[in-house]
Amino acid sequence: MAEEVNIINKVAMTAVDSESPWRSSLRQLRRNRAAMTALGVLLFMVVVTLLAPFYAHHFAHDNPFVPNLQGRIKIGNHFREVMQTNTTGLGVTPVGPTWNFSKYFLGADELGRDVFARVLYGGRVTLLIGFSSGLICITVATVLGMLAGYFGRATDWIISRLLDIIWAFPIYLLAISLSVILVTNGLDLGIIHIGAGSLLLPILIIASVYVPYVARPVRGIVFSLKERDFIHAAVASGASDWHILRKEILPNVMPSVIVFFPLMVALNILTESALSTLGIGVQPPEASWGTIINDGLQLLHTRPWVAIAPGICIVIVCVALNIFGDGVRDAFDPRAKLRGSI
Amino acid sequence: MLRFISKRLASALLVMFTISVLVFLIFFATPGVDPAARIAGKSATPAVLRQVAKEFGLNRPLPIRYGLMMFHLFIKQDLTSYVNIGDRIIPQITAAAPITLSLIFGAVVIWLFVGISAGVVAAKNKGKFIDPLVMFFGITAISIPVFWLGEMVSIITQGGLHRTVFAWVPNGGYVSLTQSPWQWALHLFWPWVTLASLYAGIYARVLRGELINNMNEDYIRTARAKGLSERRILYRHALRCSMITIVSLFGLDVGVLVGGAALLTEVVFGLQGVGWLTYQGLQNLDLPLIMGCVMYGAFFVVLASAVVDVLYAYIDPRIRVVA
Amino acid sequence: MSLDPTSAGAVLSVRDLSVSFATRLGVVRAVDGLSFDVGPKEVLGIVGESGSGKSVAMYSMLGLVRDANVSISGSVRFEGREILGLSDTEMQSVRGGDVGMIFQDPMTALTPVYTVGWQIVEQLRAHNEMTKKAAYERAKELLAEVGIPNPTSRVNHYPHEFSGGMRQRVVIAMALSCNPKLLIADEPTTALDVTTQAQILDLMGRLQATHGSSIVIITHDMGVIAEIAHRVVVMYAGRPAEIGPELDVVRAPRHPYTWGLLGAVPRADVKTRRLVTIPGNAVSPLEVPIGCAFAPRCQYRMEICVERPPLRGADDHLDACWLSDEQRLAIRSTATVRGEA
Repeated sequence: MAEEVNIINKVAMTAVDSESPWRSSLRQLRRNRAAMTALGVLLFMVVVTLLAPFYAHHFAHDNPFVPNLQGRIKIGNHFREVMQTNTTGLGVTPVGPTWNFSKYFLGADELGRDVFARVLYGGRVTLLIGFSSGLICITVATVLGMLAGYFGRATDWIISRLLDIIWAFPIYLLAISLSVILVTNGLDLGIIHIGAGSLLLPILIIASVYVPYVARPVRGIVFSLKERDFIHAAVASGASDWHILRKEILPNVMPSVIVFFPLMVALNILTESALSTLGIGVQPPEASWGTIINDGLQLLHTRPWVAIAPGICIVIVCVALNIFGDGVRDAFDPRAKLRGSI
Repeated sequence: MLRFISKRLASALLVMFTISVLVFLIFFATPGVDPAARIAGKSATPAVLRQVAKEFGLNRPLPIRYGLMMFHLFIKQDLTSYVNIGDRIIPQITAAAPITLSLIFGAVVIWLFVGISAGVVAAKNKGKFIDPLVMFFGITAISIPVFWLGEMVSIITQGGLHRTVFAWVPNGGYVSLTQSPWQWALHLFWPWVTLASLYAGIYARVLRGELINNMNEDYIRTARAKGLSERRILYRHALRCSMITIVSLFGLDVGVLVGGAALLTEVVFGLQGVGWLTYQGLQNLDLPLIMGCVMYGAFFVVLASAVVDVLYAYIDPRIRVVA
Repeated sequence: MSLDPTSAGAVLSVRDLSVSFATRLGVVRAVDGLSFDVGPKEVLGIVGESGSGKSVAMYSMLGLVRDANVSISGSVRFEGREILGLSDTEMQSVRGGDVGMIFQDPMTALTPVYTVGWQIVEQLRAHNEMTKKAAYERAKELLAEVGIPNPTSRVNHYPHEFSGGMRQRVVIAMALSCNPKLLIADEPTTALDVTTQAQILDLMGRLQATHGSSIVIITHDMGVIAEIAHRVVVMYAGRPAEIGPELDVVRAPRHPYTWGLLGAVPRADVKTRRLVTIPGNAVSPLEVPIGCAFAPRCQYRMEICVERPPLRGADDHLDACWLSDEQRLAIRSTATVRGEA
């Protein structure tokens, strides 16, 4: 019955014009208002963070990476010190939010740096890490999954055991362990030299930790694809393995893989912020939303905005990624489509 | 069934072994790290360093080093902390465990209740307003870094409103259950809510998805044709089949948490559980402590995974045949 | 004579049933003006291609179409009582209790996590006041009736422990558990191999005799119709093309679509060089032509076919076609000469 009604709907849809499944999926995605709004929010965040240098030079007139312990700023008609001596006479407290776009909009952190400008700069790093490790993770996972699923036997055994080992390790522990060692010492493997402070380290660590999460489903999909007739036909017509992988298997795996991407980015951003808060993610002088949250810990009750602002940014970006990701899944996932329209 | 269990246990042991090898390699075989100093402790004399090098076979081939490390860790149990010289690792971990367990216990109760109810409500009212609303809360819940949420809670309850609305919220820390159940719960209340929020969001989303998928299955159509009420169909048929996924997810989540995954939550709220201990170890690069905590954590994850597999076979009768 | 408007004594009486779906691209009329009766102890076969609306018709009668965009009109009387438009709660007592259903795919028809006994007992206790013990006993009896060996132990087995044919028997047992007056079977044998098909059809025939229920069997296979049905409804594009006693329809079909369906059945006794196919494709539900739905594919179409033919006939064999009896006779004689049909 579900089949009959679906047949009716499918006929109804394709009766109008036969279009490629990619086109029809994209169209369905475009019509999803929630997903499009989320995409808009994401793009907004990306653009705003990319404008960080612009903001720093033309508005804040300060380098947010350089401590500014002695500085003074003009608020209204008075000059105030950036680091203000406490009423008790003990220690200093940075100035709070001025809500003034041109100077210390969100106040200063414990080193007198402009928090808002740092949040903007930090956004670039966080988003960069999120997207690149997501991309690397998905690419590696897809390749591994396809190789394991298609060639089977020995190749599959080796790859599956590798995935099992990575996956058996609790993710946070693996990420933490690798980070503790590599981030403080750098990576020195023969021809590969990665400095201790390089962003490449968190990117690669986070990407590798999540590879099994994507590789396993891809392997499963390839296994079931292998049995399908169009593969048999390709083999029978003499196509090489490489050709089949590229032209037949990959396009059929892509929709499911695409679904993973936004979700992986969100997951990676959260992981990066956790690692940075622990001090083993992004290293100074670089800043990310996670490191700023860490900075804000000391000032939690005096200048809470240092911790609040980057957290809110993370929440906004991840909510947008998840909503957009849901939309992508509804439009592209072959399983969801069977239930979706009716 | 018994064969299935023993097969599963054997596989679990194999995984534990692999993890221990990996941990060892990461911490003690990575170029650039000097294990002797880290094991011996800060300000160790050269004599002690030599002693350590001998005991742990640091000049011997890797497999021997591994063997000796495991020996010290598990059998002699005399691995001592790098920072607090002389403090043994294992007792520290066992002392911290009940705190972590208390944290998890309350969080589990909350997140199961909230997550499952939310998932059912959303699935039942699919398409109507309350469905996207619940899902939006779910998405938000999984987008908030747990530790940051803890800090926000801290700001609110310890900040300006501390004298008035939130006067009852203690300043962090832990009171053992045996000492005072009421204080125990009071101190753990906000940590429970904070930790539960992430998982409630996950479970609500997963359950809603599973329920909706299952409600489209053929056997639901049969159930309707039998003349059963929609309520019975939802709870006795669809939900029962959806629980399979939830149970396996739950087992893994609890396993990971018991192993110390809630470390940042513990730190933010000042609960000195296993996660907090791991954090301390990380801050000080206290390798023995880190190794101990990592092995402890891995053990629970592997155990949980095995338990889940066995439970799975119990809940889903189809698996038993395959096993 | 057309259908008896009073439909006296009929177990199921359908008049002018129409089911349409509002889709993004327009209104899809899945069922358009279907009318038939099912008498007591009678087996009615509904036959047609995929998309002919045969399943949608039966499901919508029982309120099993849960789509929000559906609209159903017409009249469906079960034992004289109008059931179209009943609330879901009221339908729940009809479903399972008065009307039993069997579905196409036995592999997915049963809930995997409960034993078959539990599922039969569930249905029994939903419609009858019974103790669990009594219900389980009845379940064992039912399993025995449908030919499942060792019912006492098998009653506690899970669905996946049964083969496809056995599972279908369980489904049949479940459907008959509350002694329904009407059994609806949606392609009950399509998913089974040929030998099992014969067994299941045989079983259904026997059970029908012992339980005294009527059966509506939906299928695309004329062979099944010939095997078990007393009367046939041939459907095309949601409309009835021909209705009548099985023997009449099979021996002297009147609608060109039925000719195509019957011609498409390979026959052992007639030497044919090629299998006959019905030219053209099934009509898109969005583009049902004005007038006779089959006209675009019909080799005998006439000018008058732009008007929708009414369902009519001289006796209880009705058809919806403008061809007169003389015209049909002429067509049949030429066809016989050419060795077709």
